[in-house]
Amino acid sequence: MKLLTSSAMALALLANTAAAEGELVIYHWFEYIPAELLEKFTAETGITVTMDTFDSNEAMLASLKAGGMGTYDVAVPTDYMVSIMAGEGLLDTIADGELANKGNIAPEWADPSFDPGRAHSIPYQWGSTSFAVNTDDYDGDINTTDLLFNPPAELSGKINMLDSQGEVLAMASIHMGIPQCSTDRDELQALNDMLQEAKTHWASFNSDTAREVLVSGDVSVGMIFDGFSAKAREDRASITYAFPTQGYVVWMDSVVLLNDAPNRDSAIAFMDFMLEPENIAAVSNYARYGLGVTGAEEYLDPELATLPESNPPETAGEGSFIAVCDEQTQAVYDQIWTNLKN
Amino acid sequence: MAGGAASGGSAASDTYKEARHWLLMPSWLVLGFFVFAPVCVMVIYSFLTKEFRGGVIWEPTLAAYDQFFFDRGLFGDSDPTLQWTYIEIFWRSIWQAGLATIMSLLIGFPTAYFIATRPDGTRALWVFLITIPYWVNLLIRTVSMKFLLRDEGPMNDALLNIGLIGEPLQIINTNLAVQLGLFYSYLPFMVLPIYASIERYNFTMSEAAADLYATKFTTLRRIVLPAVKPGVIAGCILVFVPSLGAFLAPDLLGGAKNFMIGSLIEEQFKGNAGNWPFGAAASMILLSMVLVLLLIFAQQQRRAGAAT
Amino acid sequence: MSVNTDVKTYTGFRAMTLVCMFILYAPLIVVTAYSFNASESITTWGGWSLRWYVDVFSGPESAKFQQAAVNSFSIAIIAATTATAIATAAATAIVRGGKYRLRTPSLGLITLPIMVPEIVLAVATLIFFNSIGFTRGYMTILVAHIAFCIPFAYLPIQARMQGIEDTFEHAAMDLYATKAQAFRRILFPLMMPGIISGFLLAFIVSLDDFIITNFVKGAGVETLPTAIFGSVKQGLKPNIMAISTMLLSLSVVMVTISYFVSKWDNTK
Repeated sequence: MKLLTSSAMALALLANTAAAEGELVIYHWFEYIPAELLEKFTAETGITVTMDTFDSNEAMLASLKAGGMGTYDVAVPTDYMVSIMAGEGLLDTIADGELANKGNIAPEWADPSFDPGRAHSIPYQWGSTSFAVNTDDYDGDINTTDLLFNPPAELSGKINMLDSQGEVLAMASIHMGIPQCSTDRDELQALNDMLQEAKTHWASFNSDTAREVLVSGDVSVGMIFDGFSAKAREDRASITYAFPTQGYVVWMDSVVLLNDAPNRDSAIAFMDFMLEPENIAAVSNYARYGLGVTGAEEYLDPELATLPESNPPETAGEGSFIAVCDEQTQAVYDQIWTNLKN
Repeated sequence: MAGGAASGGSAASDTYKEARHWLLMPSWLVLGFFVFAPVCVMVIYSFLTKEFRGGVIWEPTLAAYDQFFFDRGLFGDSDPTLQWTYIEIFWRSIWQAGLATIMSLLIGFPTAYFIATRPDGTRALWVFLITIPYWVNLLIRTVSMKFLLRDEGPMNDALLNIGLIGEPLQIINTNLAVQLGLFYSYLPFMVLPIYASIERYNFTMSEAAADLYATKFTTLRRIVLPAVKPGVIAGCILVFVPSLGAFLAPDLLGGAKNFMIGSLIEEQFKGNAGNWPFGAAASMILLSMVLVLLLIFAQQQRRAGAAT
Repeated sequence: MSVNTDVKTYTGFRAMTLVCMFILYAPLIVVTAYSFNASESITTWGGWSLRWYVDVFSGPESAKFQQAAVNSFSIAIIAATTATAIATAAATAIVRGGKYRLRTPSLGLITLPIMVPEIVLAVATLIFFNSIGFTRGYMTILVAHIAFCIPFAYLPIQARMQGIEDTFEHAAMDLYATKAQAFRRILFPLMMPGIISGFLLAFIVSLDDFIITNFVKGAGVETLPTAIFGSVKQGLKPNIMAISTMLLSLSVVMVTISYFVSKWDNTK
């Protein structure tokens, strides 16, 4: 038994080989950061990086609350999730002067409503969520949310939705022209009924393969993020990102400092690294999203400025952030989501 | 198999009588602490108050079970009526698992029978061939199935090429795909126990029936099937129970469109819902269903044992 | 013997068996074949190539999969060894301990992990670790694996022990061997085929586990199944097929060993 215990310890150590200089554990969206950038970070700072990925804000929150706190240093939640996490007390405060590059934050992103004064976070990437259409399969007007929620017969059964409550319900509210945290019973009932009807036209709920299903031709319409859609277009030219006249969802992902971070210093170093214009530009060049740091233009791929996915046409409706509802209202939306996924 | 395992064998030798408690101590400690205690804690959690967005508050309540069985409307304040949402999810899982079990039985029984009637030398080889796929990671098998069934996948290509179909069959993201996935995942579990009981079956009984002018079908139905019934029931349980809680097949093959019990429970802990007490309660209900099924099975085995 | 007169044979059963074999093997064969595909895309065939096997060891995802493989194998070895030791002791107490009150409950406890649906066990373990404040990581996976591997190690060992008559150790003790000596010199070697089968079974079960591992794993600690799942969720890639094929070959080798070990009868 003694032999077993000691060999167990030895193997456990072997499995977690850590460099002496420091570690950093990142909880990140999947397929969103170029591996070379992390290598560059390690080369500059000597800090080894471990990355774990998630596919929805809600899944990340669930995992953190189920014993994940104290194991990660930084996470990359979306705007509304930053305020939820701050409200849950999951975020550590960045003291004044701790971040050497804090001044690099673009003024329009320096004091956002989801994190006043950037007390817990730094900007990472921003973009929009709408849907993309394979124009080989459909030649009508694509700039309408009807394609998701009230599709023409030819698209029925050829639609993939993101498996994410926040995005789907926000988009549905935009489609119906009702506020996101409605307390009006008739509106909520109508939203529920509309989604039940729309679901009969959907093929699947999938976030991870949102791009893959469009490229492979498994579906003709798919809810998707703008940068993901741009990458899909590189593989299949007929994939066109829609800017519905009713409106669409906009978002900003931010790097947040988690409470009980095992390597707080490494986390701060990583945030400073990500505020360097050259580094954050590398993320944008890879993921095809916008950034929130000044002075990055010279490092950006010139093609990014003209991407059809990030330049809404004049007909486009308004972009709105996902709203955070109070507990009672959220319970109704949770119920609508459960009904939808039943 | 299950009968033998449950009784621990009848030949009770007592060579190591003095040491028995010491010998059992490690398994009691490990299983008691890491299996039995967790299940008990889960029972407790199912009676606690949920914390908004994951976690629990230590206040006892029946809210989780209430949510499961009673519908209080979209806004939670109408008069309670019977809740169909979760019953439907459970019913769908039972139905899917049931269909997968029937499919396995229809293919598995003839296979088991055929193998059991092979000559001694080749029989072991056949059994070996049946078990190999089971050792391949369930995840990999499910992914293979997904690859095979895709609209533009090898199966549709082959069928199109030989001209059996004019347009690709849309199987992926349907209930049929889930059933096929479950059926495929657990098929060996059906074949092996049936094989074991047919191997013990005394074929002179079939000969006797034939001498009395019974048709082959009648012999199969009236003589063989009753004799190998314990094996058939064991096989059905071994396919049905894991299918009931499966979430890989619905997630990967069914397009995550319709919750099954497994995905409903997973969602409470790893997904949007974040309602731990409800997840614990749903787990409890699933566990009770399985335990009742196993009790019925044990009863059947005992009766079958008493009859022979 | 002719098909029509033999009471044992049923027309069509052979065909059904072949259908069964086809269903069991078709997906595995397809994946194995496509793992040798030269093409970047999984949907088109670009000729034979070993590039995806090279990719597994030197491609962009190789570090992640190698770390996952180290985790998977170290966990499987430690869990299977510990579970086999515990199961051997328990089987001795159950099969050679006479009749006593704790015997049936002990058996119930040992087989509990295979009675409880896996998702339920996963949820229970997650809640439990959380309620005692155990931080999720390598150790939580290891401990959970040891626990659920015990019945898989136990069943073959018990089956083997039941086949060994106690006259063997009684004969040894008649020749003045102590009970410990009789166990070490006589019973233990006789149990060996059961112990090896039990170990292999536990090893494979640990190596293959996805559901429980997925619930109890911590930050950045992946095993092969969770790493593969994370990867295939974004679409099946050829390097995953190569890894799957290697795991398939490993499983076949292990089952083959256990098949021959189970035929090895050293009581005669």
